[in-house]
Amino acid sequence: MNIPYTVEARPDTGLNNGKLGIWLFLASEVMLFGALFSTYIILRNGAEEWPHGELSVPLGAINTVILISSSVTMVMAWASLKLNDWAKHRLYLMATFVLAGVFLVNKYFEYSEHLAKGEGPWHSTFLAIYFTMTGLHGLHIVGGMIVMAYFIGPGAKLWKTNADQFANRIEYTGLYWHFVDLVWIFLFPVLYLL
Amino acid sequence: MHSDHDMKAGVRKYFMIGAALLVFTGITVAANLLHFAVPIAITVALAIAITKASMVAAVFMHLSNEKKWIYGSLLLTVIFFIVLLSVPSFTTLDTIGTHEPALGGTVHRAGGH
Repeated sequence: MNIPYTVEARPDTGLNNGKLGIWLFLASEVMLFGALFSTYIILRNGAEEWPHGELSVPLGAINTVILISSSVTMVMAWASLKLNDWAKHRLYLMATFVLAGVFLVNKYFEYSEHLAKGEGPWHSTFLAIYFTMTGLHGLHIVGGMIVMAYFIGPGAKLWKTNADQFANRIEYTGLYWHFVDLVWIFLFPVLYLL
Repeated sequence: MHSDHDMKAGVRKYFMIGAALLVFTGITVAANLLHFAVPIAITVALAIAITKASMVAAVFMHLSNEKKWIYGSLLLTVIFFIVLLSVPSFTTLDTIGTHEPALGGTVHRAGGH
């Protein structure tokens, strides 16, 4: 059985199902992270003092640069498909995957440094919300990497049988990835700078 | 549908927006070095973050040119998101148990006799 409207637009919405589906999923993600940002505000307002300078700003800034660069490579992976340039698509998608990996390696060093000093989530309210928010964000990075790995590996063969559907799937992966970048754009100043 | 010409123009735009996002990241870090007072620092950092997020959403996520169904679902999301971020202010408005009694009234305290 074929799933309808994977490429052509539905007459009622003007969209294919995947596009509307990924946006509804992202809407639920906005609420998930929104709840955590709301929690952060409550905890910070209720705290008698809030620590400054506990996190490494250079590492946070480098991770911001990495994620922004990965957003550019991700959108280029999709644009390359639209320009029918398979080789460039592969290059950009692999670059995005590698940048995501570098982000996680940086996060690993950051976490290890804190944990080595006994500064886990139990240490303070600030570190509790820091580990919760960045940990959840990190899980989203891992999720994105799994999807990218699929399209670099076994999922890539769809390009030969249905190029438009493959391009759409890369577009949805990109929308998710840009959202993950967007969340970090707020996490960086909120946790590292303010 | 995207023509090759549109896509090539789009590619230039993606790189330009990427560069602008990196510049704004630099400005965020530089502003932090100026050690503004906390309210000003929060305003500056969030203003830059909102600008960057708008650029990502409008250009990379193509929200500057989307269908009304997506705008509709995002409008609902924005409304609920604002409610969610307003929850902390409700906690400061909560005055149960802290009000002075009305004239002639009595105070009922939990656990009191």
